[in-house]
Amino acid sequence: MRTRTQICSLCLVIMVMLTLPLVSRAQQTKYDFESRMNMESHVGNITGHAKNGAWVYHRYCESCHGVRGDGDGEVAQWLDPPMWPKPRDFQLGIFKCRSTPTGTLPTDQDLFDTIARGLDRSAMPQWSTFTSQERADLVAWVKHFSPRWANEKPGTPIQIPPEPEVTADRIKAGRDVFARVQCWKCHGVTGEANGPSASTLQDDLGRPIAAFNFTEGSRPKCGDSDADIYRIFMTGLDGTPMPSFADNIKPDEAWDLVFYLRTFMSPPSKEKAIAKQIGLKPVDMNAPAPQQ
Amino acid sequence: MKNGRKFAAIFVALVLCACAAMLLNQKVNAAGEGKISGTVKLDGTAPHMKGIDMSKDPWCVKANTNETPKMENVVVGSGNGLENVVLYISEGLSGAALTTPAKAIPVFDQKNCRYTPHVLPMDVGEMFKVMTSDQTAHNIHPNPNPMTGNIPWNQSQPPGAPPIEKSWKAPEMIEVKCNIHPWMHGWFAVVKGPYAVTDSSGNYTIENVPAGSYTVTAWQETYGTQTQKVTVAAGQAGKADFTFKAK
Repeated sequence: MRTRTQICSLCLVIMVMLTLPLVSRAQQTKYDFESRMNMESHVGNITGHAKNGAWVYHRYCESCHGVRGDGDGEVAQWLDPPMWPKPRDFQLGIFKCRSTPTGTLPTDQDLFDTIARGLDRSAMPQWSTFTSQERADLVAWVKHFSPRWANEKPGTPIQIPPEPEVTADRIKAGRDVFARVQCWKCHGVTGEANGPSASTLQDDLGRPIAAFNFTEGSRPKCGDSDADIYRIFMTGLDGTPMPSFADNIKPDEAWDLVFYLRTFMSPPSKEKAIAKQIGLKPVDMNAPAPQQ
Repeated sequence: MKNGRKFAAIFVALVLCACAAMLLNQKVNAAGEGKISGTVKLDGTAPHMKGIDMSKDPWCVKANTNETPKMENVVVGSGNGLENVVLYISEGLSGAALTTPAKAIPVFDQKNCRYTPHVLPMDVGEMFKVMTSDQTAHNIHPNPNPMTGNIPWNQSQPPGAPPIEKSWKAPEMIEVKCNIHPWMHGWFAVVKGPYAVTDSSGNYTIENVPAGSYTVTAWQETYGTQTQKVTVAAGQAGKADFTFKAK
């Protein structure tokens, strides 16, 4: 009698043990309706809830970004790149404006900032009318569209050292960085987006895309503070031809490059004044490539 | 009491067996392994490969003065052998992953404004290296489908840049591009388990294949995939020849 119960319990234990790996696997791949709807975002001390973001999205975002968040809303067909970039496909989880390295998810703060900042030279306006809570809820709703947030964590934001003082030497050093990593291949030696490769640029989905023209007076896509410009070329703009230069530009050199880029940009700046004073010339694109 | 002990012993033994099986599942024993070899050919006339105009970048033009560079979507060598065809085992491998024995790290070089090799095969999770031999800036931009678990990235490699080391999470044929030089086009062929790529005569050998029955898949970027059943005896070579029809 005793042996039978023992056999039974033994069989039961073994069966349970054999099914354990299956259960854990199911948990890994399962990304159901419920867990998507419970997606949260955390920005500062605000917690955003996807469910609360749904109606804001429906009211303000859906016409371009689509019900499924695939960037195929009813208005999307009227947006023609490169003049009017197509709305982002949230399902892919790939974003231009990140503080995180290329190939990683952005932080909640990055998405939160993008909503308020808008994207210059696109149909995406500045949504500064939303409350912080509404924006945080929207971030959670945007995240709920991509299964990537169930399996991955955002990347670690890159470190930006304190900004040094602008000097003529730093601007000249920035010009050397510009020549060495060959920003001019797309952006042109005068920053007018007329480099030799500018005309054939395509985004990851094969659509034409324009390089940033520094001289037109429009803002860079992901913010126009010095730190924003630093971040843009160190993280790259994922989904576009703009690569990350993090492996090839040291933090100190990165500030030099920021100062040099400022000399192209139209708003009056200390950098522009110094460049004029020292008679800074554009780089020579026919010169042999400077070495790392 | 005696019975109880007996059962306890059986129970422990079973649990140990289960654990061992789970571990072994991931590492197929390397002893007595065979291989699969063969030739991949093209039936018909090879399509015309367009010449590449590199005038956008004078450095690239200078690097290619000896011969006009051509596209590499279909590369046919002696005896109509097809180059750059990736061969891998799509069915029959037991366990989650075979451990491939230590070998040289796969390298993808940007040389004379081309990718060398044009197709770089690798195992899931295997580290590979991207380097540049050129005196002009490239950006290396693989474009996988993020839904597979492989995430696209985009990094610059100016002259003298240090190599990049990466790996991929899932099997996928990943297109690689350089946005600065739009003609640059190559592949990271990520497969599960042992693999091979055909040489200029269309010959290949997949090494370290344990005895067993398999389905071998041949993938060519223009013509797609073909499969064949192959049986490998311990220490012997299985044979699988493929023929792709020119379109």
